[in-house]
Amino acid sequence: MIEIENVRKSFGTLEVLKGIDLTVNKGEVLTVIGGSGSGKSTLLTCINGLEPINAGKIVVDGTEVHAKSTDLNRLRQKIGIVFQQWNAFPHLTVQENVMLAPRKVKGMPKAQAAEIASKQLKHVGLGDKLDVYPGRLSGGQQQRMAIARALAMSPDYMLFDEVTSALDPQLVGEVLDTLRLLASEGMTMICVTHEMKFAREVSDRVAFFHQGVMAEIAPPADLFGNPKDPELQKFLAATH
Amino acid sequence: MFNYRFQWRQAWARLPEMLDGAIITMQVAVLSMVIGILLAIALTVFRRSGSRVLSGIATTWVEIARNTPALFQIYMAHFGLAGLGLHLSPYASLLLGITFNNAGYLAENFRGALKAIPDTQTRAGRSLGLSDIQAFRHIVLPQMIRISFPTITNQMVWAVLMTSLGVTVGMNLDLYGVTQDLNALTFRTFELFAMAAVIFYVIVKIIQAGAWLISRRLFRY
Amino acid sequence: MLDTALSANDFLFLAKGAGMTIFVTILSVFFGTILGIIFGVIRYQLGPYWSAPLMIVLDVFRSIPLLIQLVLTYAFLGTVLRLGLSGLTVACIVLTMYTSAYCAEIVRGGIEAVPMTLRRASRSLGMTWAQDMRNIVLPLATRVALPSWIGLALGVMKDSALVYVVQVTELLKSTQILITRLQEPLLLLMICGAFYFLISFPVARFGGYLEKRWSND
Repeated sequence: MIEIENVRKSFGTLEVLKGIDLTVNKGEVLTVIGGSGSGKSTLLTCINGLEPINAGKIVVDGTEVHAKSTDLNRLRQKIGIVFQQWNAFPHLTVQENVMLAPRKVKGMPKAQAAEIASKQLKHVGLGDKLDVYPGRLSGGQQQRMAIARALAMSPDYMLFDEVTSALDPQLVGEVLDTLRLLASEGMTMICVTHEMKFAREVSDRVAFFHQGVMAEIAPPADLFGNPKDPELQKFLAATH
Repeated sequence: MFNYRFQWRQAWARLPEMLDGAIITMQVAVLSMVIGILLAIALTVFRRSGSRVLSGIATTWVEIARNTPALFQIYMAHFGLAGLGLHLSPYASLLLGITFNNAGYLAENFRGALKAIPDTQTRAGRSLGLSDIQAFRHIVLPQMIRISFPTITNQMVWAVLMTSLGVTVGMNLDLYGVTQDLNALTFRTFELFAMAAVIFYVIVKIIQAGAWLISRRLFRY
Repeated sequence: MLDTALSANDFLFLAKGAGMTIFVTILSVFFGTILGIIFGVIRYQLGPYWSAPLMIVLDVFRSIPLLIQLVLTYAFLGTVLRLGLSGLTVACIVLTMYTSAYCAEIVRGGIEAVPMTLRRASRSLGMTWAQDMRNIVLPLATRVALPSWIGLALGVMKDSALVYVVQVTELLKSTQILITRLQEPLLLLMICGAFYFLISFPVARFGGYLEKRWSND
């Protein structure tokens, strides 16, 4: 369970999160929508501990992320994150990309890591690309590789930060299909996305962020069918 | 005009001794590169550390190495340190001088190479649970070495050529030193040094060919 | 530390050495650059195949120690050809060739950095080869080549420390002579190093600045 309590976060004088309260349960798929600058991506990097927070707390399975005593490297094994930019490691083959963290962080033997990597890569449909260098892959394939890379650490939670935003339109579908697959398998996921159709189909709940505030949160049928917040109404009207 | 009589046979007879010298030359060059690369990585980390003392030390090192003659650096290692009471053998002085030079030039190049690697690479590694050091070692460093590989090759060639400066601090085991001693013995200056030149040339070409093969094998991406 | 055995005469001696270093450097860089430009243009015009003989010869200057180049040339011109040239002349000849070998590569790189489309455009406007070279290639190639050329010139200044081997007493040799006489290695080396550093450092910084500024547009 991820518990977010009154989290505030500023970059300099700019407050990007103005007191967020949110709980994500095991097995839940939460999508976060909102305009740019709404703070939705920042929240993800805070959950992962990549960014410090200024107030409030984030607790993942009873461990407070930003407490001094928390071993972040260990916590991050629980929480996979995939970014808008896939950040493939260009000097490693696709399989080696996925093997790196299990080997170095978990100290897994090479053979075992290789096996897990090939399993995860097959899972995302890259079973035939194991020995290829990422430079030879399309953006969509690289993004799926990044997902497999995160999954190889067998995380309990997956965070997706606009993972289709940097892709050519014709490549978006294959990545969304991978996310759908994960959702159907019961993975706990927080997806920041601009894909409204995807949000509507896959989510248990959808949250709308506006200027650092979570303006509305509801099951997709309610949020899209009967939006209450005026900003959300404007946002939905603009995206349709 | 051409009444000089070349005596190649006399010089040719000395080839085994000169090849022994060439081995010492290679030894000094390889050692100075291995230590130099490690030091350059350390200097690069120092300069990024944010510590004023560490980055000050690293910057001073790099600027002195790049802005004074290599021969001066070898003199410093020999006569300069002797002035402080530390007497190094000619071999050690030469090795120290070249290593100092290698580390400085390579560190400057590494710094530029790091700028070409986006921060998001480290961030991606960190988000997978890798520590800062692991992310540097497994993600940043291999990419940095690739970018810097041509410079590393050049510096290796320089290191071989710089071994010839050892003679100024009394080194007589390396190729140049051996040639110099043989010259004092036989006075066949032109023949002996021409042979030394050929040997140096062959060594340099072998290094360049080897680097080409290594880069083909290592950097397939 | 400065009130040691170092007299005004000794400083004069060092200054003369420094003067020699600068003299040899300027002369060699000047003629070496002219030759290097010629070689670089030849290399570019002939293409890699026909210019191979020239490039192989120039590569020799980059593949054997400068010290050996100096000794060999001195021995060849002196004892083989018996031309009776002074060490200073030999030093300048060798350093000129040495400079030209590196300069040719820099010039070639500079010319190759000028986009072919730009050159085709200028020729299509009716410019001759020489006009194209002078008005299009030269200004653009200079931007690419100048920072490297500054590095080369400073490199030649530092490498000129080796001309002691043909009996030219430049700065480092003067320093060494004084070290033997005065037994003050540290102080003397510091003075000598400071001289090189104070010339090289600001000029290298300026080169870096140019490189940065010009690579931005």
